[in-house]
This record gives sequence, C-alpha cells and structure tokens, in this order.
Amino acid sequence: MATELRSRGDERLRRVSPIRRLLARPELGAVSGAVLVFVFFAIVAGDNGFLNFRGISSWLEVSAQLGILAIFAALLMIGGEFDLSIGSMIATAGVVMAIPTVEFGWPLSLSILLAFATAALVGFINGTIVNRTRLPSFIVTLAFLFILRGLTIGFTRLLTGRTQVRGVGDHLAGDPLGRLFHGEILGLPISVYWWLGLAIVASWVLQKTRFGNWIYAVGGDSEAARNSGVPVELVRILLFIGTATSATIFAALQVIDFGSADVSRGLLKEFEAIIAAVIGGCLLTGGYGSAIGAVFGALIFGMVLQGIFFTGINTDWFNVFLGVMLLIAVVFNNFIRRRATEASG
Amino acid sequence: MRKSLGLLLVSVLTAAALSPAFAQEGVPDRSEIDIIVVSHGAAADPFWSVAENGVSQAAEDMGVNVEYRAPETFDMPRMAQLIDAAVAAQPDGLVVTIPDADALGDSIRAAVEAGIPVISMNSGSDVFQELGVLRHVGQTEYEAGFGAGERMAQAGVDNALCVNHETGNVALDLRCEGFTDGLGENAQVEVLSVSTDPTEIRNAVQAALTRSPDINGILALGPVSAEPTLEALRENGTAGEMPFGTFDLSPNVLEALVDGEMAFAIDQQQYLQGYLPIVMLTLYEQYGLLPANDVIMTGPGFVTPENAQQVIDLSAQGIR
Repeated sequence: MATELRSRGDERLRRVSPIRRLLARPELGAVSGAVLVFVFFAIVAGDNGFLNFRGISSWLEVSAQLGILAIFAALLMIGGEFDLSIGSMIATAGVVMAIPTVEFGWPLSLSILLAFATAALVGFINGTIVNRTRLPSFIVTLAFLFILRGLTIGFTRLLTGRTQVRGVGDHLAGDPLGRLFHGEILGLPISVYWWLGLAIVASWVLQKTRFGNWIYAVGGDSEAARNSGVPVELVRILLFIGTATSATIFAALQVIDFGSADVSRGLLKEFEAIIAAVIGGCLLTGGYGSAIGAVFGALIFGMVLQGIFFTGINTDWFNVFLGVMLLIAVVFNNFIRRRATEASG
Repeated sequence: MRKSLGLLLVSVLTAAALSPAFAQEGVPDRSEIDIIVVSHGAAADPFWSVAENGVSQAAEDMGVNVEYRAPETFDMPRMAQLIDAAVAAQPDGLVVTIPDADALGDSIRAAVEAGIPVISMNSGSDVFQELGVLRHVGQTEYEAGFGAGERMAQAGVDNALCVNHETGNVALDLRCEGFTDGLGENAQVEVLSVSTDPTEIRNAVQAALTRSPDINGILALGPVSAEPTLEALRENGTAGEMPFGTFDLSPNVLEALVDGEMAFAIDQQQYLQGYLPIVMLTLYEQYGLLPANDVIMTGPGFVTPENAQQVIDLSAQGIR
C-alpha cells in the first residue's frame, strides 16, 4: 500500500518544477521565519556574541532540547492527538534516573533503561485510555500532567526528604549509556546531534515508510483509516510512547549535564513543544505537518528565548519580546506558506 | 459571699482572656493540638522542602498534629483561599507566610478575629504586627541583600549581575534592591530575569557575560539559579575568579563553596522557620508562653568556604 500511495504522490508531483515542489513543503514558512529571526539577532546582537561560536552553541542547545520534544509532538499532532503530560514526564524520567543511581547504587545505565521503560509505560497508558474512552487526548494527558508531577514530588520527598536528587555526575565515569547523553562533539553539545538525528529518522518515517502514511491517515480521518486497514489504535499508542520517550531523552540530557534531577523540571515544556510544532506548520486539527517544520519551529523559539540575553534588553520585558517575536515569525511563516500553496496550486 | 463569687468570676474571666484553653480545661493534651501551616512555597521547591522538613520534625517532637498546605505555584489568591479553608477548620494555631499583605491581609485578619493564634514565618516581617499576627520568624530580605552587596563591594565588585528566577516575588526584588544599595553608589547592577529551566539559565548567564565583559560579581537568588550559573562559570573556565554568591543552600552550592568556586551563600535557616512556629504555638496553647522579641531572626547567616564543610551533611539530610 505504501508503494501505491507513494507512486500516486510522485505522479502528482512530477508535473511541477523542483522549486515549486520545495515551495509547497509545509516547513517552508518555518524556515523563512527562522531566517528572519536569525537576521534580526545577527544585526541587533551580532557584536555581543550571538554570532560567535559559543553564542551559536548556546542558542542551538536550547533549540535542540526543545526540538527533541517538538519533533515527537509534531508526529503525534499529525496523528491527530496532543500530549500535555510531557513536561511532567521530564521530571518523572529525571528522578527515575537519579534515585536508583544515587540512593540504591544502581549502575546509571540501568536507571536510564528504567526511565525509558517508565516512559513506554506512560505512553502506553495514555494511548490506551485515549483509544478506549475516545476522550480528547487533550483531557487525558492533562490528567497525567498532574498525576505524573504529583507522583514525582510525592515519591522523591518520600524516598529522599528533598526535591532535588544530586550526585548523578559521580556515576557517569565509564557508563556506556550515560555517555550518549553527555558532552560535546566538534564543540557542539550532544543534544544538537540528538535533535538532528531524530529529525532525520522522523522525516524518513513520515515520508518513506508505511507507518508514516498511517500517521497521516489516522490524523486525517481515523474512521476512513480504520476502514482501509490501518491499525489506528496501535499507531496512537506508538505515537504516545514516542512523546514520552522524547521527554525522557530531554531529561537524560539535563540530568547528566547538570548531575542532578529536580521535581520541578520541564514546567510548561508541553506547551513550548506544541507551539514549536505549530510554528513549524503542523495543524492543530491533525493530518498535516512535518518533522523538519518542528525542527525549525524549535529553532525560532530557541533563538528568541536565548537571543534576548545577547541583546542587553532589560529582561523584565522578556515575555513581551518573546511574544512579539513569535507572532512576527508566525505571521511571516503563514504569509510565505500561503504564497507557496498558491504557487504550487 | 456574693462579692467573693463576683471576684472569682472576674479572675476566671481574666485568666480566660489571657489564655483561653488554659482556663477551660487545664493544660490541653498535645495530641489534641491541631496546627495548620499555609506557605506560598510549593513542595517542589528545594528551599520549601527543607522548611517543610522542619515543620514535620517539630510536629513529631512536640507530639502535635500539623498539616502543611501550599499552592502548587506562586499564586496569592490561591493562598488566600487556603488560609480561609484553614480558618474554617478552626485549628488551635496557624502558621502563615506573608509575601503579599494586600492579597492575604483579609484572610489573616479573619483568622485572628476567629481567635486563632497566628505566627508568620519567612516573609512578612514588615507587616505582621498590623495584621494581628503574634510573632514573626524569618530574615529580612532587603538587609540580607544589603549584606551581600557590602561583602562584594569589599571584594572590589562594581559591576554585578543579579540572577532572578522568580520575577514577581517581592521578596526576591527586595534582595536585588538591597544588593544594589549594599554595593554602593557607583556600582552597576543588572537584573537578569530567567526561567527555571537549567539549560536556559546557564546559557543566559553565559550570554550576559559575553555581552558585558565588565561584570565582576554575580548574585543568584537561590539554588535554582545558582547551580546553572555555576555551570556557566565552569564552562567559561572562570569559576572562582569573580565573587559569586547566592541566597539559600543546596548540596551543590555547598560543594562549590568548599571548592572555592563560590564566595558565600546566605543562609536563612528555613528549617528553623518551619520548626520554631510549631514549638511556639504548642507552648502558647499549653501555657500561654511566647518569646519577648517580635521578630525571631533566623538569618542572614553567611556560609563561606571556611565553614561550608560542617553543613554539607545536614544539607544532604534536608535540614540546611
């Protein structure tokens, strides 16, 4: 079926030039928005370090960590659902990595595996409840936003008497899995490589595999998808496991980088991830969007988030600035996308 | 006979007015004393986690029943509702923090009018008496910030960064203000408002240092911002080179102090802020006893590289 769909798609595209094909991509608006934001900061704050290697690495890292969440949020959103529990999942995964390692003396790798297993379980539960109850995932995962945060605070206080578990860094030496989430390659933080790697894998899955077609089908019209033989329930569960896993990758990067886990980590990240995916061209109604778009959505968000610190603008105005920049980026993004759709249509 | 009965009645009533529980049924049993604590600090905050540990330990040591309640985020209307609910439960004592007297004043006055003895802790040193609160246990924020400024001025700081991770909390603004004044007239202070995400804070501090190379001193307003700031300095290779202090302790902050990467941490001993009001209310309820000082100061105490080692173990246990 995948080949069938693809060849039909190819046929349709064969009639347009490569440039038009490029213009019709959902991520084009986000790419233009990112260029716009970059140019703005390069002019305003280029002399203050925004453009030097350290500066670039600084905003790339923030973009990358958000981007890892945004890529999976985009996949899920294309599949027609939301996951509001990922912010809390970041804290949960963090303490699941830290407490067994620090308090019970487990090898760090084993704790990391436990955290990923926990994520898979949470994703499975989220997906199953959405499948069984047919309730909006917005509501189901909102419940888990509170449940996970509460369990994390409760258990951490119960086991350690504190809300922060530190000392993970002491267990890092020689740990095989820990190394995957730590350090720099060619001067760039490892989160940037996770970001790019996941973007490539997610794009490949969306564009080239049968599973990718299923995601679009489920998000477009789940009844139609079911009637044509798509395992709708399974697709949803796997997508929820994906978002919870992305939160766990995020948590691993921060826990190992800072050597500590904290029950208040990840606050509001669920919304930032959704915002990045939407800036990147995902529709809130599902069935449309791309992983590359989410990458650039996160890049816009990250550049704006960190860029203000290079400008020297009084940070009391931070949120105004953030909101205005995002609005401009999205309006511009929308404008380009409309032009592009007209061009290709 | 009539006259002496009247005298007796008067003296009983006077005693009742002075210590009501005392007169009615003698000394109340500690296991029957219920105290409610309402603070503005979420349980998820490491600082408040320590204060709550103080509350629990005092409850256990005194043998009284204590409930600790706090809103999930910094939310004054929500906190006022929690106080209202506490008053409705008619406890034998109430402990509150007062970060915003305008928002909480009515609720606290209602508690006082309902005859509940109230003690404030942590924040509210300037307003607690107007509200009818018996005593205050805590540190005064402006003076603590001022002390930090003086210390840094002595070390030659004239261009400083104040890293604020909770914009909107008056107490934190007062710390930055005191810090600015403590540094002296010619000094410059830039307030950096950041989120609570560690990567964002670290990179924001790095950006600020790159942009303004003249900065020669940093004050963080709590471990939430101090730890990522420390990471930023470590990555720049400048940890320990410029005076860097913080409010409040955490195990990581203490280790950095021992290693000489930080100059000082201002300790307000929030464990005591949680512990003492429970003890005071218990003794007040039983015997009508109260300390004579209006404000029982728990800080600022300065933890420096010289004395950090001794508090490290206590911090790991959630006491410092």
